[in-house]
This record gives sequence, C-alpha cells and structure tokens, in this order.
Amino acid sequence: MRDGAVARRAFSWLWLGIGLAYFFLPLFATFLFSLRGRKGGPSFVAYAHVLADPLFLKSFGFSLGMSACTVLLGLALVVPTAIWMNLKVPKARGVVEVIALMPFVIPPIILAFGLIRTYSKPPFALVSSPVLLVAGYVVVAFPYIYKSVDAGLRAMDLRLLAEAAQSLGAGWPATLFEVVLPNLRTALLSALFLTFATVIGELTLAVLLAWPAFGPYMALVGRNLAYEPAALAVMSFCMTWGAIALIGAAGRGGSRRGGAAPGGERSETGGGRGAGLGGAH
Amino acid sequence: MPELPTAHPEGVAPPGRAALSPGRTGRHGRLAWLGLAPFFAFVAAFMLLPAASILVESFRDASGGFTLGNFADLTRADILNSYLVTIEVSAATAALGGLLGFLIAYAITLGGLPPALRSVVTSFSGVASNFAGVPLAFAFVSTLGRAGLVTAFLRSAFGIELYDSGFNLYSFWGLTLTYTYFQIPLMVLVIEPALEGMREEWREAAESLGASAWQYWAKVGVPVLLPSILAALILLFGNAFGAYATAYALTGGLLNLVPILIGAQIRGNVLHDAQLGYALALGMVIVMAVTVIAYSWLQRLSSRWAR
Repeated sequence: MRDGAVARRAFSWLWLGIGLAYFFLPLFATFLFSLRGRKGGPSFVAYAHVLADPLFLKSFGFSLGMSACTVLLGLALVVPTAIWMNLKVPKARGVVEVIALMPFVIPPIILAFGLIRTYSKPPFALVSSPVLLVAGYVVVAFPYIYKSVDAGLRAMDLRLLAEAAQSLGAGWPATLFEVVLPNLRTALLSALFLTFATVIGELTLAVLLAWPAFGPYMALVGRNLAYEPAALAVMSFCMTWGAIALIGAAGRGGSRRGGAAPGGERSETGGGRGAGLGGAH
Repeated sequence: MPELPTAHPEGVAPPGRAALSPGRTGRHGRLAWLGLAPFFAFVAAFMLLPAASILVESFRDASGGFTLGNFADLTRADILNSYLVTIEVSAATAALGGLLGFLIAYAITLGGLPPALRSVVTSFSGVASNFAGVPLAFAFVSTLGRAGLVTAFLRSAFGIELYDSGFNLYSFWGLTLTYTYFQIPLMVLVIEPALEGMREEWREAAESLGASAWQYWAKVGVPVLLPSILAALILLFGNAFGAYATAYALTGGLLNLVPILIGAQIRGNVLHDAQLGYALALGMVIVMAVTVIAYSWLQRLSSRWAR
C-alpha cells in the first residue's frame, strides 16, 4: 500500500513536471529570443522597436476600441436576457444556454465566411462597416459573457432580491441598476476582462473582414521581422495574464460575502473560459 | 423567433415559483418570451443566418441553381488531401494533448499531490488553453524555429541538427507540437471533473480483492472513464480542426489545412471558385456537426456514472 502511494506520487510529479515544462519552455524561449534584438548581449531593443512603431499603437488602439464596443453590446444583450430569463421564463434556459455555447463549436472561419456572405450585398451591406466586426466579436465572446453573468446570477437569489426591492417600492429600473447590477459587479468585471482578452488579439474575423486590428498587425510583424514578434508575444501573454489576474482581483475585491463565493465563482468562469474552444485559435 | 413560444407552450410552472410571482410565469408565459426577443434576433442575424447561408450556398452552383456538384468537388485529390492533412493534425494533437492532459489531470486529482497544486494548475490551464493564435505561433518560432532556442540548444549540446533530421516547424510535427500547447490544458480542464468523480472506494475495493494498480485501471478505471475520455478527445479534435489563427501565423505554411484554404478563398476576394469555398466550408461544418453529436452522446453516456 505505502509503496503504491509513493510510486503514485512520483508518477504524478513526473507528469506534472513534464506538463509545466511544456507550458514554460516556449514562454522562456520566447522571452530570451525577444532579448536578442542587438548583437552582443541581451537588450530590450526589440520592445523599443515595437513600441516605437506607429502601427502598433494604431492597431492596438483600434482593437481596444472594438473590445470596448464588444463588451458594451455583449453585456447589453446578455445581462437583461439572463435576468429576464431567470425571473420570467426559466423554461428558456435550455435554449439560451445552447445558443450561448454554440460559438464554441462554430469555427471563427465559418462564422466569418457566413457573415461576409450574408452581409456583402443589399439590403444589408454591412461588410465594410465596423458594426459587422463588433457583431462577430459579440458572437465569439457570447460563451464567456454568458458564463460569467450566469455564474453571477446563480450566486445570488435573484427572485428574492427583485421581489424585496419591488415590495419596497422600487420600479424595474431601480431594481436593475441599484439592486441587481451592483450584486453582479464581479461577474460583469470578469465578463469584461475575458472579452477583452479574447478580442484584443483576435485574428480570424479581423483578417477576413479586412480590419487593421492588433491580431493582423502581429501576424504582419511576424512575417517581416525576427525578434520583434517574440517581444509582441511576450507583451501579449502578459496582457492575457494581466486580464486573468484582474478577474481574480475583482473576485476578491467585489465580494462581501466571505471567502468562498469569489473562489467558487472564479473557478467556474475560469473553467468556462478554458472549456471554451477559444475564439482565439 | 415567432415559433419559439409555440414550441414551448406554457407548461406547469413549479408551484413554488408560481406562488412567488403569481400570474407572471403562467398566464403571461408566452408574452414573457418577448423579453428575450432582442437576444434571439441578434443570434439569428449574426450567428444562425450566416451559418445557415453557408449550408445553402454549398448546394448552389455559380448561377444560383441547385447542384450537388460541390460535394463532388470535395473528392478532388487536392481537397481530399487537405482534409486528410487537417484530420491527421487534429487527431495527432488530440491524442498527444489528450494523453499528456489526462496524466496531468490525474496527477492533480488522484495522484496524491498537495491539494493546493490543483487550483494553481487549473488556473494555468485556463490561461494556457487561450494562449493560442499569433502569439503562440511566435513562441514556437522562438523555440523550435530554425534559429529557435531549443533548436540551437540541441545543436550545441548534442550536435543534433533538428532541421537536418526532417523536422520543420511549418510541417506536420511542428504544427502538431504547437497545437498541443493549447490542447493539453484544454484536456486538463475537460477531464478533471471526471477524474475527480472516481471513488476512492472503487480502488480500495479492487485492492482488497487483490487487484494490482494495472488491473484496477484496466478493469475499472478506464472503462468508467472511457466515455469521458472519448468525449474530451473529440472536443480536442474539433478544437484543432477549426483552428485558423495559429496556422495562419505560422506563415509559409507547407500544409494546406482546410481552414487555411477557406481563408484563402475568402481573402482572394476574386473568389476564383467561390463554390469551392462553400464546399470546403460545408465539409468543415459536417465534421464539426459530427463532432458535436458524438460529444453530447458520449457526455450523456458518461453521466451514467456521475451520481
């Protein structure tokens, strides 16, 4: 028995180590590679090049703006829908859930193809409008937004809160903005950061709809330069990591219900994100 | 979505709910569906309709008439070959990522490691499974490209010329290793709950009956987990099959993956052979549909054990 447990633990450490190596080795290599910008010793010159490139700021700014629009539109669609569904049409949960997870199985390339096909001719010639890009991003971000919001709603007793508010004389707007949304703060922040992390480096929709976004910019740099791509990869990874860390921070800061709630909620959204077949791929 | 309310006629609301908000969920149930209309309208316009249009177009010829000819195109040697390559890459990454991911998930659940490690590894998996696309491609160029760190290390330490031995980052194994980076953590996230559901009593019972660890896994563990493992592998397969950005960023792609071909058809703008694009896309939709159906069927199968 005892031997078995020791062997099992050794086996576990071994595979965990291999996994960690697979995770960290490319990151480490990328970082070292990014320092090679100048001959004769490590330097951050590749980073300086990237930051000095006006296209970098321009494309990053563009994607940031698109992320903001995506977050706003996505939340405007999902939050009222989820609240209404929970309160009035619980039967709709199955349908809404399936729809919200569908983007995971529709490859972005198919989505882009379909969007172009549907909106390239009158009466809906949207293909050269940023509206179509944002709409596509909202679809890609749906699973993340829905999972976060749903986890937030499940963590509170929505029905009880709404009825308490209304029995105290609050109308629907007051119930929504002063009772429900403040309680959803953590969930909304997590939806925000997940959407940001997904949209900021998105390539497929941006390339196929021909927008000068950050993803296509990175790909362009990768085609033309040697060490700057590595610098971009490091920066992009730090941003993703930062967004995830902010979700964690929001979870800890936003909860006033003791330690268990944020942890549970965080891991749930984290799992949802992971199980998400990544819009970014 | 006018058909939805009729598709879900007002049923019997659970008594508790009906009592809480009288007259709302029951009598006005149909009207309440209207509150979801904006959501359904958006989804229909920007997800369902575009996806359906691909389906419809793939049955049309260049002048708009009905045809099955695009399916015949799918059997063209070059197209068939690109499907074959895409399937090979997807299967290889699903197998490799699935195996490593399973072992890691085992390590953090049943492997007797400190419990704190588990949430750490899960969080890392959440990040790593999304470290895909362009930055991931760059990371692997820095690692295994011609000037990559590991390539250089193998040369200086062991005198191994990776690229002389037939390896190329832009060909099968390079792409497979790159995809595996986001497949491993996805496997960890997907299979962890199933592994956690394995009862310690099952092992104890097997051991008390004299089973070796090997026998326990062969006769109990694997059979119980099999539907979950297969479902996860299918998920990984679909994940790799639809991946575009990573392959796109590994430029000079020597492999004609299906997503790359579709992208080229769209971006060509001229669309030399627009219908070919639709046929390719349809093939992809079919693969994804089969994937989803198989996945949900296996999921239902595996939930038998999760009581």
